[in-house]
Amino acid sequence: MAATTEASAPLLRLAGVTKRFGGAAAVDAVDLALAENEVFCLLGPSGCGKSTLLRLIAGFEQPDAGTIRLGTQDLTGLPAHRRPINMMFQSYALFPHMSVSRNVAYGLADRPRAERAARVADLLRMVRLEDFADRRPDTLSGGQRQRVALARALAREPRLLLLDEPLTALDRALREETQSELRALQRRLRTSFIVVTHDPEEAMRLADRVGVMAQGRIVQVGATAELYDRPASRYVAGLLGDVNLIPGRLGPGEPGGLRAVEIASGSLRARSPAADLSEGDAVVVAVRPERVALGPDQAGEGATVGIPATVAERVFLGDRIARTLHLGDGSAVRASGPPEGADAFPAGARVRLRFAAEAATILPA
Amino acid sequence: MSLFLRAVLGLGLAFLYAPILVLAAYSFNASRLVTVWGGFSTRWYAALLADGPLVAAAWVSLRVALASGAVATVLGTLAALALARHGRFRSRPLLVGLVFAPMVMPEVIVGLSLLLLFVGIGLDRGVGTLVIAHATFCTGFVAVVVGARLRGLDRSLEEAAADLGAGPVRVFATVTLPLLGPAVLAGFLLAFTLSLDDLVIASFVSGPGATTLPMRLYSQVRLGVNPEINAASTLLVLAVTLAVLGASHLSARR
Amino acid sequence: MRARAGERWRARLVRLPPLIWLTAFFLVPFLITLKISLSDAATAMPPYLPVLDWQGGREGWASFLEALDFENYAVLWFDTFYRDAALSSLAYAGTASLVLVLFGTPLAYALARAPARLQTLLVALVVVPFWTSFLVRVYAWIAILKPEGLLNAGLLRLGLIARPLEILNTPAAVLIGLVYAYLPFMVLPLYAVMSRLDGSLREAAADLGAGPVRAFWSVTLPLAAPGIAAGALLCFIPMVGEFVIPDLLGGSDTLMLGRVLWSEFFSNRDWPLASAVAVLLLLIVIGPVLLFRGAGREAAR
Repeated sequence: MAATTEASAPLLRLAGVTKRFGGAAAVDAVDLALAENEVFCLLGPSGCGKSTLLRLIAGFEQPDAGTIRLGTQDLTGLPAHRRPINMMFQSYALFPHMSVSRNVAYGLADRPRAERAARVADLLRMVRLEDFADRRPDTLSGGQRQRVALARALAREPRLLLLDEPLTALDRALREETQSELRALQRRLRTSFIVVTHDPEEAMRLADRVGVMAQGRIVQVGATAELYDRPASRYVAGLLGDVNLIPGRLGPGEPGGLRAVEIASGSLRARSPAADLSEGDAVVVAVRPERVALGPDQAGEGATVGIPATVAERVFLGDRIARTLHLGDGSAVRASGPPEGADAFPAGARVRLRFAAEAATILPA
Repeated sequence: MSLFLRAVLGLGLAFLYAPILVLAAYSFNASRLVTVWGGFSTRWYAALLADGPLVAAAWVSLRVALASGAVATVLGTLAALALARHGRFRSRPLLVGLVFAPMVMPEVIVGLSLLLLFVGIGLDRGVGTLVIAHATFCTGFVAVVVGARLRGLDRSLEEAAADLGAGPVRVFATVTLPLLGPAVLAGFLLAFTLSLDDLVIASFVSGPGATTLPMRLYSQVRLGVNPEINAASTLLVLAVTLAVLGASHLSARR
Repeated sequence: MRARAGERWRARLVRLPPLIWLTAFFLVPFLITLKISLSDAATAMPPYLPVLDWQGGREGWASFLEALDFENYAVLWFDTFYRDAALSSLAYAGTASLVLVLFGTPLAYALARAPARLQTLLVALVVVPFWTSFLVRVYAWIAILKPEGLLNAGLLRLGLIARPLEILNTPAAVLIGLVYAYLPFMVLPLYAVMSRLDGSLREAAADLGAGPVRAFWSVTLPLAAPGIAAGALLCFIPMVGEFVIPDLLGGSDTLMLGRVLWSEFFSNRDWPLASAVAVLLLLIVIGPVLLFRGAGREAAR
């Protein structure tokens, strides 16, 4: 197949794609561009519209408005079986009445017999299932089934592979192994992936870019580190992991792209907000627990550095120590640190907490 | 399981089976009298085979059951597909009613109204009208059996097939139908059994020369207990039991 | 939209055959029955008047419509025979439904509580009689219930009775036949509901101090109630119109609508009156049918 003309032209482009069920929009005016050889992840809780968006791209649903283009081809209105896109289903959807090799060969019906056999053998070797060709799917383990589904979906050499919660059905140990296998395979085949998941860790492990969905819309797109460190909303901040949201009022601007925020027990600095906010507005400062550092509360010199707090609870979690701190006004802040400092700052200790201004994001309250 | 529940089960099954077993036992009774055991004999089975009208009636029943079972299977499977797979359509409530009402409707109503139709349009009564009538009231049963399997069928299997480039016809032929196959066959066997068993509707819609087995049995049963009927009944029970076991085996298989 | 147009045509192709067939052979016949119930009996073939003259044009239609009347319904209403038949049908079907609930509920519960490996077999054992020839199963009771039959022979031998009991050709025999023939109909839907009930609910009840009886009464029964209602209606509806059981087990004076319809049609050859009885029967069962759909939906949930 000829490569697309320009390197900069996106592989997949959605424009204003909308799908309503009854009155409610499950997918609401979504725009999205996906580059060649990219792994894009749609992240969101169940019911946010991510699965519907995937089904619209696959062709199982047709949009009420908007267009879906793959390269130079308009896919809008085309049924699933005419689209050069394949999908790996969450349930894997392996045909229970066919052997592994017949499952993998299903999409190759239009190829000559010899070519088909060779291709099936290649695919089974690729997923390390060459000894299982004649087995029925129900005799395979979960991980093996997942690999059959992957081989079957890749048989037609799709330019874009859709993966619906590809790892959810696997147990934890297998999940991490499979994640790195999937990524390696994707690099080798240079096929673009769209992965739908509700698990931020899965998104971080697999994706080049992540689109966070809420109520049928993509609310923020970016690399995972960017979303984690610079969320655009409280929703995104909370979705990607544990976060402290400290309420306060926006203060004056400061050099270095920073901004002051007045909180109940003092003043702190954080990165200037992207949102349009003015001085005095109610805001929250979002900061991850592992960014919160603790120091002793010493009277006298240097006592103004950091916010005074009391350790309310200290929990040993193996790879880290988690502490809950109470600020002067009674609000709670969580801090997590390396296990080396386990003995320091037990419950009841008076501490000062600090974090780098660059690690904190100001969000509208 | 408590003793009480065991007793309930035992008594319930005994109640269900005692009359049938008594019937079967007495079909091997050499004596003509119900209360007298005259020794083991298969004479009534021999008499059965020599009973020309009875054998002819059995033959009619078999043909009608095969034909009406086949028609009901096609119609019932289509109805189940329409209701389970093609979602909302304007005539949906009508189809639901038409499929399920004949299953609960008293047979005398179905029989009488079909007869009035056949007379009204001048259709000669016989095997043809029997097939039409039986196919009509069996369609719902097939639709229920096939529909249950369809609802249990993972929709993503059909989507996966379409995703791999199969058009609607190929999806149906290579995925839906093979997975539905056992249920379709079970539906056919049930329709077959129901047709074989029907007396009331057949009495209305059949004509001269098309007497079914239940009609023939009924005309003799009205005259009282008769060991030859015991033998015929035993054979019928045996045939139906085999068909049911076959059907349940098929529908249990994945 | 290409995909949708194709989809629409396929859907039509799938639903039209059953829709057309069932309209032609279920709905239309019923409308014809309705029409003939307004006609008069005649000694002709077909044995009713008027017959629509298709060549008669508008006058033909007019005279046809004029000749239709509610005479047969007047007969049904004023002749106590038919009213008694309707009431006695309801009484038989109602009593039998009640007995079926009383017998069927414990049986279904016992089935649902049976060890898992036995359950499939036990359910199959209940299903087999359900599909076994209805006529044969009713006929089997004649040999048991008649004065010189097995039941009386057994009771006489045990010395429990001095003279054979008259059971055959009495309402009791009809009730026994109805309960026997419809028991699987009652048990299967009930079992379906009870086997789906979460066992841990019962365990929770036991944990909170409820004995087996109280656990059944306070947890299982209320949750199975929609299933019980569905099962009872599923039996009640066809029992109201039952013909074979009253005909074979009941005496010649057993009054049930199915039997009345049959004799009006086959013995008296009064097709219009038989049609009116059919309409009456339908009016009686239509309420329970609608109720059943509601109860069935509830049970499905």
